[in-house]
Order: sequence, then C-alpha cells, then structure tokens
Amino acid sequence: MSTGIDTGDTAWMLVATALVLMMTPALGLFYAGLVRAKNTLNTFMMSIAAIALALVTWAAVGYSLAFDGHGALLGGLGHAFLHGVGFAPRAGTHIPQLVFFAFQATFCIITVALVSGAVVERMRFGAYLVFALLWSVLVYAVLAHWAFGGGWLMHGGTLDFAGGVPVEMGSGFSALAAAIVVGARKDYGRQAILPHNAVYVLLGAGLLWFGWFGFNGGSGFGVGHPSVLAFTNTLITPSCTLVVWFLLDLVRGRKVTAIGAATAVIVGCVAITPAGGYVSPGWAMALGALAALPSYALIVWRPRTRVDETLDVLAAHGTAGFFGILFVGFFAQAAWNGVSNGLAYGNARQLLWQGLAALAGPAYAFAMTFALLKLIGAVMPLRVPELEEAIGMDVTQHGEEAYASGEGAILVTTEAGIEGPRPVAQPEPA
Amino acid sequence: MKLVIGIVRPEKANDVLEALYRAEVRGVSMSRVQGHGGELDRVETYRGTTVKVGLAEKVRFEIAVSDEFVDTTIDALCEGARTGEVGDGKIFVVPLERAVRIRTGEADTAAVTPVSK
Repeated sequence: MSTGIDTGDTAWMLVATALVLMMTPALGLFYAGLVRAKNTLNTFMMSIAAIALALVTWAAVGYSLAFDGHGALLGGLGHAFLHGVGFAPRAGTHIPQLVFFAFQATFCIITVALVSGAVVERMRFGAYLVFALLWSVLVYAVLAHWAFGGGWLMHGGTLDFAGGVPVEMGSGFSALAAAIVVGARKDYGRQAILPHNAVYVLLGAGLLWFGWFGFNGGSGFGVGHPSVLAFTNTLITPSCTLVVWFLLDLVRGRKVTAIGAATAVIVGCVAITPAGGYVSPGWAMALGALAALPSYALIVWRPRTRVDETLDVLAAHGTAGFFGILFVGFFAQAAWNGVSNGLAYGNARQLLWQGLAALAGPAYAFAMTFALLKLIGAVMPLRVPELEEAIGMDVTQHGEEAYASGEGAILVTTEAGIEGPRPVAQPEPA
Repeated sequence: MKLVIGIVRPEKANDVLEALYRAEVRGVSMSRVQGHGGELDRVETYRGTTVKVGLAEKVRFEIAVSDEFVDTTIDALCEGARTGEVGDGKIFVVPLERAVRIRTGEADTAAVTPVSK
C-alpha cells in the first residue's frame, strides 16, 4: 500500500461505493413501480442509462471539474480522463484517489437517475440520453465542486455532508425545471394515473435505504467518527420520518398507505444526507420528524397544479434536501462533529452559509436545467408523439414489454442463427 | 334487447367509459383480451430473439341495452375509442334472448334499462 493509505478506511470505502451503485437500480425499481405497466421498462432504463452515461462523463471531465483544484466556481482539467488518479491517497483522506473517484462517480450516476423521475412516461429516450450526458457535467459536476470539491460554498464554510446541494437539491430543482420544459403527460389531470406495482415501490425504497448507509456512511471517507455518526443517523432519521408520515396519513385519510411509507423512507434519508455527520442522534430524530411536514404538504398540493413533476422528485429530494441543509445551520454541534456549531449553539455564521447554499444550489440547478432542455428541445423533439405515449414507452422506445406473455409471438430470428420467419403460432392473416 | 360488444384499444378504455357515462348508458362489463385485426404486427427483441407479436392487447366491453339505446351506445363507443389509426377496434351487436336483474327479478328491457329511467 502507498504511504498515507489506511486499509480499514479503504476497505469500507470499497464496500460503500458498491452500496451506492446499487442505489441506482433500486431507484429504477422504485420509479418503475410508480408508473403505469406500459412504461415500466422505459422508466427503469432511464436509471440504467445514467449508470452508462454519467460514469463516462465523470471519468472524462466531470470528476476533474468537480475535484481538481480550488477554483471558486469550477475545478480544473488536471484529472481529465483520470489523469493522475491512482493509488496515492486523495488529499484530506487516507484512501487511494481511485477509490475516491469511484465513490464520487456513483453519486453523479444516481443524481442523473433521480432527475428522470420528472419526465417519465413521455420523454423520448434519445433526448433523455443527450440530456443525461450534458446534465451530468453542466449541473452535477459544477454543484459537486461548489459543495465538495473546494468551490465557493465549501470554502466559505457550508457544511454538506453527503450531497444536500449537488445530489438532493440539484436533482429536485432540476426535476422541476425539466417537468416545466418537457410538459405534462397527455393524460395528466384528465385520467387517474395510478402506480402499477406498490411492491416494487416498497422494495425499491428498502434497497435505497440499504444503499444509503454507504452513501452517508461513506461520506466521511473512512471509518472515523463522522462516518459512524452519519451511519447511525441514517438509521434513525428515516424511521422518525416514517412515524410522522404514518400520523399525517392517518389524520388525512384515516389509513396508513404503503406508497406513503416508501416516500417517507426516501424523505428521511434525503433529510439526513447533508446533516449526517454534523448533528447529534437526538437532533437527527427531530430532523426526521420535521422534514416529513414540508415534503408531505408539497406531495399533497403538487398534483393539483398543472406541473406534472411526475414522481415528485422536488418534494422528496429538493424539499427534504433544502430542509436538511438549513437544519445543519441551526443544530450542527461541534461536540459531535468537531468542525462547527450551528445557530442554536451560538454560531450564526454557519446558518448564513447554509442559507446561501440553499439559495444558490436550487437557483443554479433550475436555471441551467431549464436552459439545457430548451437547447436540446430546439435540436430534437423532447417528447414522443401522443399516439406512442398512449401505446406506452416500453413498446415504442425499446421494442420490449415488462410483462410479455409471449402469446401470439412469432419467432423471426434467434441467436442460433435460424434466419427467416419460423411460425410458432400463426394467427389468422388480415 | 341487444348485446353490444365493443373491442377497443386499452389506452382508450377510460375515454370509452367516460363517453358511455355521458350517454347515460349504465351497466358495463369489461375484460382484457388479446386479438388480431388488420393492424401491423409489432416487432420485439429479447436478447437476440426477435419476435413478431401478432396479438394486440384490447379491451372488450359488453353492454346489454334495450333497443332504443343501441345507437346511443354505438355512438358512445365510437366517440370514445376512435383515434383514426388502424387498430381502433370493432363493434358487434347481437340479439339478446333474456336478461334478468338478479336483485329484483325484473326481466328483459326492465333489467337492462337504466334504473333511473
């Protein structure tokens, strides 16, 4: 091992990286359950596509722009195409920079996948691929530099443990912009559009929570106090959010709902993301309970508007991330984090910097995403034609169905090389 | 009395229900069916296996109506289900011998006409 490397830290970060990568298919499952059956695969594929595209852009330029140098707005190109990223430790950590790169790559991937929730069931897959490619650099890498890579927010003193700014607010407010530019689904507000499989939603949320232990628990880049605190807070906070969500469901509809519970898990995990290693477990419980309120309110209110931000990325990620970032400004505790106090412990300056992050992050994400999609929309159609939207995205975009019965399917070719039509079940000719 | 059978696109099923409701045709059964009409087969590929899917998903409405409701029902089905593309479906009207409303024992026209009328 190179000097300055800690094997324990490195071992944990390798595992944490794999955990965070798993969150993206988990998100795909979560999103797929929330859409109609005819759009299952397309929705899932938007998350899978993020793994493909965001990793490539991250390796090419994203990582460098985010983590090379201390420019106020943007990093340099010194690490472009992984130049100089090797076994030597990343400054400020005791893990090889290769592991640091991989860990951060998984963050970029899931953030791109998160945004897709705003445009499912109508956005052309091709246009989405172009959007994902550009967004991962123009929005994610920039915000990651501001919050993690030595940019102006980090330099000024903003505390963002695991990505309240780039991941949560970045995706949430970009989702709002994307929903506005792409426009509502043709059936939105005219027909009841229901989630087609609540079990996927619950299973996806469960796997996301599992992965979040790597996401937050790895954001201390080792096995020290910050990681331990963030790990445990990642257990505590979502549970408290669940309890409050149950109560809100009971008061509002007299029944505790399953999809509500899955949403609560996400909201709780998001809320603790910026605060994980900075607040005490007690405050983490309060954070979980309180963060439920604005997100719940937005989820109830949003469908009454004309904005078809389909899977409520803004409510679950943008709002809860915003809440978590500000919460750090109030209740960060140097006795727990060894870095800084919040307003409640006598440091008003911390709240100022949290407030700045909570304004700048969303503003940049919204404006840049809006402009980017307008630009892509000028070059190619963003949406599928109405008829294809009606038939479903799985068949029209991918030529596959999630729940194909195989009935009436006639074999045309196989990998074994049998060419030409070979009728298996020939229906009546037209 | 006639049994009106409408076979329509699944994505238009809600529009058909809405049109029937507005035409005050109450009493509908629907089921998912697979069928083949004149529409083009769609080609799907699963891991190197390419297939032509000759059967399309359809929704089949069955509506028993008294004779004076037949045209209203047909109009509503057409209005709700039409897109103008191949594959919009078919309507079949067949004579109905008997109908009984189980709750009251009312028979025939009394059993298939809306309760309010």
